[in-house]
Amino acid sequence: MIRFSHVVKEYPRTGLALNDVTFRVNKGEFAFLTGPSGAGKSTILRLVIVEETPTAGEVRVSGSLTSGLPRAEIPRLRRRIGVVFQDFRLLEDRTAEENVAFALEVTGAPREGISARVSRLLTQVGLASKGTSYPKELSGGEQQRVAIARALVNDPVLLVADEPTGNLDDRATRGVFQLLRDINAAGTAVLMATHNLELVKREPYRVIEVNRGQLVFDSAEGTGGAATVTSSTPT
Amino acid sequence: MRLTFREVVLGVRRSPLLSSLSVVTIAFSLFAFGLFGLLVLNVDRALRGVEEHVEIVAFLADGTLPESISAAMGDISAFPEVAHVDQVSPEQALARARAELPEFQDVFDASFLPASLEIRLKEGHRDPTTVKDVTQRIQTYPFVDDVRYGEDWVKKLYDIRNIAGAAGIALGLLFAAVAVIIIGTTIRMTVLARSREISIMRLVGATDGFVRLPFLIDGFLKGLIGGLLALLLTWGANALISHNLIQTFFFDPGIAFLGVLGGGIIGLLGSTLSVGRHLRRV
Repeated sequence: MIRFSHVVKEYPRTGLALNDVTFRVNKGEFAFLTGPSGAGKSTILRLVIVEETPTAGEVRVSGSLTSGLPRAEIPRLRRRIGVVFQDFRLLEDRTAEENVAFALEVTGAPREGISARVSRLLTQVGLASKGTSYPKELSGGEQQRVAIARALVNDPVLLVADEPTGNLDDRATRGVFQLLRDINAAGTAVLMATHNLELVKREPYRVIEVNRGQLVFDSAEGTGGAATVTSSTPT
Repeated sequence: MRLTFREVVLGVRRSPLLSSLSVVTIAFSLFAFGLFGLLVLNVDRALRGVEEHVEIVAFLADGTLPESISAAMGDISAFPEVAHVDQVSPEQALARARAELPEFQDVFDASFLPASLEIRLKEGHRDPTTVKDVTQRIQTYPFVDDVRYGEDWVKKLYDIRNIAGAAGIALGLLFAAVAVIIIGTTIRMTVLARSREISIMRLVGATDGFVRLPFLIDGFLKGLIGGLLALLLTWGANALISHNLIQTFFFDPGIAFLGVLGGGIIGLLGSTLSVGRHLRRV
């Protein structure tokens, strides 16, 4: 699903962000991506969603090599990836339904069927009764659920979550995490960057830790370094 | 397309102040350009009016036969540069002199005045070189005593037209460039105000074309409305000047239409550049 091979990412102004990072996340797998601030987690996620391409090495997502991917192909690849952020990134002037529908509409999906699909997804994330609410009228946890529904609307094979519980209280965190777990159980691979070590320790999923731009630990392998780490599916 | 137009409307509704500001900025940039255009148009018309008075006068020798004069008039009329040729008899010349010059009030004998031919040239053939060339050809007739065309005056007039034309083009380009920059910046502000939305659109897999199209339509429509407003303002200013100061000419409907369309195109250009730059960055 995701394959990093000896990936180096260097920025002209801030220098080396990733140095020789190699790992692989398999189809249907759930993996945490941890590490201190500035370790390179966000860079890894940006490389996965093709906001960036590596300076050296190879990144493959859902079978596509991201370097040299024609610009017109990037949107098609992104439709196979759902993305969730700490700050939700919802459009404030659109209702929950419209925010979710928007992700379908921009792909040119036929109008008929959008509404039913949006309702189904909002029900799935537990917001069936909040479809007509604007983001400001929703709690943080509810906004993140809308964002997750939006991320799922195109049936992605991979969900990338950047600190999805970072702005939420314990209760909301548990709710959102349960949702991610359900999504994964339904077959979608999840790569979740988080600072929440308690959550990481509590859950039985694979942990990939980066520090100073290098992969320092991979629970699937039990070691760090730049060796190729191939994980099994979660237990 | 329905979705694209919905995005355009949403964009305007989301930031009505910025949208109005864009339209007003575009309107005033084009208004300044329009006023300048009006000035150029009127100076050009005035100079053309003066230029119409460029004429060559060929004085004929005494006793020239009427048949020779008629033949010469026929020849000269056939010159490609010549608009028309008039014959002025000594009596007509005296009547004209008496009407225009007070010192001729007591003169009644026209015999001392020569007959002449007055030759008017076609538009586009009133430059010093052509005037001189036609003059030289007329001088070849044996019964032509002298030919005058106000050499200095024609040269000066021509120089003024050239300078006015060059200044018009240079300042016009400058005004247009300033308008493009101002309009581009205004539209860029709109794009920046919606950068969050653009980044979300791209994250959920919108193509560049899908992201770009509402902005292009928005820029074009704002440019068009700004152009219309500018036309109204220019028309108002022209009416005010015409009514209170001097009679001025306004643009032909075709030029006015092109001006408004130009506003739309500048708006389109400004948004194309801004969105393109922004898309590369997001």
